Amino acid sequence: MNAHARAAERLVRDDARLHWHDAAVWQVRTKRDRAARAVPDWEALRDAASRIKLHTLSRLPEYLEEFERKASALGARVHWAADAAEHNAIVLGLLRERGVTRLVKSKSMLTEECHLNPELERAGIEVIDTDLGERIVQLAHEPPSHIVLPAVHMKREEIGELFHRTIGTPGGLSDPKQLTEAARQHLRQKFMASQAGLTGVNFAIAETGGFVVCTNEGNADLGVSLPPIHIACMGLEKLIPRAADLPVFLRLLARSGTGQPITTYTSHFHGPRPGGELHIVLVDNGRSTLLASETHRRALCCIRCGACMNTCPVYRRSGGHSYGTTVPGPIGSVLSPAADPERNASLPFASSLCGSCSDVCPVRIDLHSQLLAWRRELDVRGLTPAAKRRGVALASFVLRRPWMYRLAGKMVRFFGRLLPAGLLRTLSGGWGREREVPALPARSFREEWRGRRAL
Amino acid sequence: MRSSREKVLERLRQAQPPAVALPDVATSPVRFDDLPARFAQSVTDVAGSCLRVGSMAEAAAAIRGLPAAQSARQIVSLVPEVLPGTVALDSVDDPHTLEGVDLAVVPGEFGVAENGAVWLTDAVLKQRRAVLFVTQHLVLVVPGKELVHTLHDAYARLRLGAAGFGLFIAGPSKTADIEQALVIGAHGARSATIVLVG
Repeated sequence: MNAHARAAERLVRDDARLHWHDAAVWQVRTKRDRAARAVPDWEALRDAASRIKLHTLSRLPEYLEEFERKASALGARVHWAADAAEHNAIVLGLLRERGVTRLVKSKSMLTEECHLNPELERAGIEVIDTDLGERIVQLAHEPPSHIVLPAVHMKREEIGELFHRTIGTPGGLSDPKQLTEAARQHLRQKFMASQAGLTGVNFAIAETGGFVVCTNEGNADLGVSLPPIHIACMGLEKLIPRAADLPVFLRLLARSGTGQPITTYTSHFHGPRPGGELHIVLVDNGRSTLLASETHRRALCCIRCGACMNTCPVYRRSGGHSYGTTVPGPIGSVLSPAADPERNASLPFASSLCGSCSDVCPVRIDLHSQLLAWRRELDVRGLTPAAKRRGVALASFVLRRPWMYRLAGKMVRFFGRLLPAGLLRTLSGGWGREREVPALPARSFREEWRGRRAL
Repeated sequence: MRSSREKVLERLRQAQPPAVALPDVATSPVRFDDLPARFAQSVTDVAGSCLRVGSMAEAAAAIRGLPAAQSARQIVSLVPEVLPGTVALDSVDDPHTLEGVDLAVVPGEFGVAENGAVWLTDAVLKQRRAVLFVTQHLVLVVPGKELVHTLHDAYARLRLGAAGFGLFIAGPSKTADIEQALVIGAHGARSATIVLVG
């Protein structure tokens, strides 16, 4: 069994929980469908979004320099990080120089990707994730299992138990309202005590030097409007050329992610607030390598809406943690092998290639084609399991020789009827473990066909 | 040693894909027959409430009637003609002192009919913009004629680029992070009332 399938085993073994997870995530997909159908120019928006992103990627250095120039003119300080280590060092350096020991963060998949939190905590800085879902998984010492719904894998009773254990709520709470209220009170104190706020970036605008952060809870805004220091961390691909491009993405993002027409707060930051500091950290961390790949560069168009996860039959039935990466689901399975092919070689196989991900992607990333392309690349690089390579080599040998194929078919039909089903299941490896051996037909398709034509 | 900036830019130049033209995206064909009605519906859809009144005097009466206004002790008001504030904002330098604000009454520049969002900036609030997020309840006073159909129309009238902060607010703070159950009042305002005047 491959690594992803093995990691999915825990959820798969718990049938009731599996179906609960499947239904919970699917519900978000249906909300997305309703929201998308209500917008008559939806498909035109997807076209435009895709082309704006591809255009930006084709001129990324110019746009980055323009953004840097404009942002600096507005009083922000722009930092460049070639990789995760440098990103973490920049953030840590900024906090240390200013004596910050209490930081509040809003959601940033980039800082997850760079593993910023443990780095800061080792340096003695208290890091509080303030998005409710992120705070829940932080208290549980788990990574997020979904990029938009970080705690989608947890049940309300488990969150009640976790809050009881960690933030002192009464035992036995399971009402989302009461739990959210408890988190609100707990996090208010953290907001009030913080000395700096860190946010991600949804869109950075080259033309204006500003950037946009979208949240529903208001945690990003609260986190950066109380303390005087705002650090915004962004991957290079978050750039768009013009302010006029924003509506295209904002009309797609929340509808694709959660089925809302827009997030509650869509905040536009141009320079620091009066008397404050604004630092923008631009991070490469493998993005330039991905840009060089003709096959995979489209993955850089991703706006992190999570729609491909919500629709993916494999994600819904395996859970985000089974991917073992910061970004799970179809887009994660395209991005992660680029970052570390050996570690993530099983992920492009965690797909039925049904193409639903490509159908819902608001920026038209050809996700299922990319997953297929990765399978080929990983095979060429020798990173697929030896048994699979041997099997494919054998199949290729047989399929190129029609006589041998016919003979093999005859042998399977003959011996298949004689051998016990249990043995056949064993011989088929992992594939047969959850399946019944079908009744083998007496005649091959060719023989059937010939018989029918004769009628 | 080259800086990371140079290194990253050089890597990107090496990787540069073929040119793709930038599409024209300034407009959307979406048009609503009854802008205020559609805006009010959209506000409701994002869990806010929209009050349509004929004049500032009616706005004042409507706001005074809100439970959030009746129980509020600390009020920040940038629209004193509809409801006077109890907190003198000018004397506030440290935004932390706004922690106890129960109600903020703030003017919104314009509303977006397709999604119920209202645009506002920190032009008056400056370093005190935290009040928009700290307050327990939020009232936005928006001129009835300042409505646009879609976000495209919104950005066509915005002039972004000058230093400052601006945002769209669509309804109250909310979350669905616990089993996808929608809960109003995550970190920010527990209620958002949009008063559409005229």
